[in-house]
Amino acid sequence: MWLDATFFYVFALMTLAGAVMTVTRNSAVHSAIWLIVSLLGVAGLYLLQRAEFLFAVQIVLYIGGIMVLFLFVIMLVNLDMAAKEKQFNGQAWVALACVAVVGLELGYFWMKGPGAFKLAQPSLPKAMVMGGNTERVGDVLFSTYLLPFEIASVLLLVAVVGSVVMAKKRI
Amino acid sequence: MVPVTTIHYLALSVALLLIGTIGVLTRRNIVVILMSIELILNAVNINLIAFGRQWENMAGQIFAIFVITVAVAEAAVGLGILIALFRNKETVQADQIDLLKW
Repeated sequence: MWLDATFFYVFALMTLAGAVMTVTRNSAVHSAIWLIVSLLGVAGLYLLQRAEFLFAVQIVLYIGGIMVLFLFVIMLVNLDMAAKEKQFNGQAWVALACVAVVGLELGYFWMKGPGAFKLAQPSLPKAMVMGGNTERVGDVLFSTYLLPFEIASVLLLVAVVGSVVMAKKRI
Repeated sequence: MVPVTTIHYLALSVALLLIGTIGVLTRRNIVVILMSIELILNAVNINLIAFGRQWENMAGQIFAIFVITVAVAEAAVGLGILIALFRNKETVQADQIDLLKW
């Protein structure tokens, strides 16, 4: 039990510290490296929540795919000048208003006491758990969610064509 | 030590979402804005996984997979746009790209 909690707090600290550093660093490369730390923390949280397949997807796709793409673009685009300029625009009050609204909402429920944080318990009896996590994900993905899966493939095709068209010098 | 419940994951998710929102709203560098959007999408994923665990339902994990798919597509297209933009305007600061601003 305490091991579970310890791991949760370690991964949560990784996630939040990485996120804060991502948003505050001047250099975009530093931001990207800290984002990798944050994503690793999220991957650990997936593992704690028994989502092993998503853990692997997070590592391979986010850290191995998206972050490499980000670093590639940072190398392509000259960011040395940008790192020396002003990093924040004058919209901090908008961001503060957003945070204040969510903070008020949370504070309201905090004042209502621990009863407000109680989630409904599942009414259905727990289904028989068969096979590993990956097997179950595959089962559900290719039966119940087959149509969204196919639509996602179309979306990826559009993204491939779109990014090539955008990045090409002349079409 | 208090056992870790779904509420803990939701609180973490709120914090991550707010940090991402602050990043999107206050940063000038478009690359960092795109990274902040990734943070927001990760906060959503933590939420989905936590509720999926709470109700022993696979739908949460499936939705998280779709969210990751959309995040990949968004990052690829967004970075493509960024490269085209840099080629034409020689800048990556969001507030210097104001051609449509009256």
